[in-house]
Amino acid sequence: MTDTSARRLPTLAVWKFTSCDGCQLTLLDCEDELLPLAGQVRIAHFLEASRESLPGPYDVSLVEGSVSTPDEIDRLKRIREVSGVLVAIGACATAGGIQALRNFADVDEFRSVVYARPEYVQTLDRSTPASAHVRVDFELRGCPIDKRQLLEVLTAYLVGRKPNIPRHSVCFECKARGTTCVMVAHGTPCLGPVTQAGCGAICPAYSRGCFGCFGPVAVDGAPAANVTGLVERLRALRMADDDIVRALRTFNSAAPEFSDAVPDGPSGRTR
Amino acid sequence: MSTPTAAGVSVMDVSALCVLVDVLRDRGYAVIGPTVRDGAIVLDELDSAERLPFGWGVTLDAGTYRLRRRDDGAAFGHAAGPQSWKSYVHPARERLWSRDGDGPVVAADETPRRPYAFLGVRPCDLRALGILDRVLGQGRHPDQGYARRRDGVFIVAVECIEPGRTCFCGSMGSGPAAEEGYDLALTELLDGSGSVSSSPGTPTYLIRSGSPAGTDVLAELPATPADAELVAHARDAVDAAAERMGRSLPADGLRELMVENRESPHWDDVAARCVTCGNCTMVCPTCFCTTTEDVTDLTGEHAERWRRWDSCFDLDFSYIHGGSVRMSGASRYRQWITHKLSTWHDQFGSTGCVGCGRCIAWCPVGIDITEEVAMLRAGSPDERTTAGDGAEGPR
Repeated sequence: MTDTSARRLPTLAVWKFTSCDGCQLTLLDCEDELLPLAGQVRIAHFLEASRESLPGPYDVSLVEGSVSTPDEIDRLKRIREVSGVLVAIGACATAGGIQALRNFADVDEFRSVVYARPEYVQTLDRSTPASAHVRVDFELRGCPIDKRQLLEVLTAYLVGRKPNIPRHSVCFECKARGTTCVMVAHGTPCLGPVTQAGCGAICPAYSRGCFGCFGPVAVDGAPAANVTGLVERLRALRMADDDIVRALRTFNSAAPEFSDAVPDGPSGRTR
Repeated sequence: MSTPTAAGVSVMDVSALCVLVDVLRDRGYAVIGPTVRDGAIVLDELDSAERLPFGWGVTLDAGTYRLRRRDDGAAFGHAAGPQSWKSYVHPARERLWSRDGDGPVVAADETPRRPYAFLGVRPCDLRALGILDRVLGQGRHPDQGYARRRDGVFIVAVECIEPGRTCFCGSMGSGPAAEEGYDLALTELLDGSGSVSSSPGTPTYLIRSGSPAGTDVLAELPATPADAELVAHARDAVDAAAERMGRSLPADGLRELMVENRESPHWDDVAARCVTCGNCTMVCPTCFCTTTEDVTDLTGEHAERWRRWDSCFDLDFSYIHGGSVRMSGASRYRQWITHKLSTWHDQFGSTGCVGCGRCIAWCPVGIDITEEVAMLRAGSPDERTTAGDGAEGPR
């Protein structure tokens, strides 16, 4: 191995868009791995950790948050220009986040109800993922992202290999850890069968149905996850369409597989 | 099937199960058996027979599993739990080797562990272990980890007298009687026959040995020779179970049916319902596919190779240079069922299905392998009954 003190460390930048900061805090949450990471990359821009900001270009940019204002479109494009690898992290950056609920409603109406001077608020009528505006090299799912997966992506980048980020259902993780299926054994509605793994199947381990934080199982070029198939089953279990729509409209509501699964749902709106 | 002679069969009451577990533990086994947890009868290590699911049963249907109280004290009055014994002999994740820097490759952990004793193995699962033995334990390149875990496993089989609604071992010729591959075989009788101390609802067990190790353990149990009448009674009960299977999957021409239906429009019908979650493959006691993952630490100095369960429903499963071969849900379901029921014969000389019914019960959308085969036979997707009958409402 090269002596780390002699070689130039790759630079890492962390950028925030419309988001809660939870995903970038996952980086600080790495705790035991944080110092080793700091030995392998130069953290050039990460305002949650340091006010120091080094000029670009950056080898790796982690982009958190959705694009929801006109200014954010320009800023994201500038970041893309100065980034070698751009990784979108979290449900906001990969699917528009919970704020994409606006995509199903009238933003002007919200604005006029919520703000005393709505004309001060510049916002887009849709909340969109980074990939809607720039080329994204990798999307790391989750609300928030999983710390082990973040380290895996960074580690894989550092050694030049493909990250082990599975693109299968949460059910794989339930079965691997020996969690009894909450849908089959308890009748609890669960989005796990169509949701991408990555969290370690936390909720079913506590007898809760999966909330779909990691979004629909999706692979470029493959047919979309059969969310409709799960919706049909939930209906057979006598779950009302209104409730099904609510279950799908959370952190990844604007992911097409979720938003289109109940096209005529009572709460649904044509976008 | 040969009827065991009364001379080879003993009878014991329920307290002898405690002795059995104690004897096995004293001999150094980790006793794995059924127990109630999280609203299901799961497999776990048992420190005592008291943890067996006495008085618990299950109600099964496509996509539905419900724990229920029985009106008797049966310990083995259940079927198709969420796991199979595969989880122990072929675990979901296993480290194959690790390496530090330029140092030697260190093989997987080979420190001695306690051998397993499996208590409550159903005849379908006995057959499944036999299939895994052939697939993983034999051939030119036996799987060393499998062989290590499987070697010396003590098996206590339990015959079935009460099949579940998703059971079809009778069709696959793998039950409900235990024929081979066990050290001890139990038949649980609940009708009060066989013991002066038993009243209806209190289980009595017929027990017979299938190996020298079994005979050795049996000698330590408080069991007495069973009379021929009782043995015949138990045999009748097991035979009757064969007639009460909840489902059937006629084996006639099954292998050819799959080959002939490669282009059937029915696969699209299945794909409209299948969510490709992979549960059927993970609960299947014979699905053995794995993938390997190489992991490194941040410095790249420490590397490990892991193997984990994979599934033909995972898009990456068929990934080769340029992309995945089986992209559609239709092609992935077809691959699974065709391998299971047809090409398994070409590869391993038998069917890959043992009729345990787990893939039916644990499919979250209630797809039923027996129903799909029936529809392929009928050649029409229109006669499908609605999945989900018997399901409870949401909570």
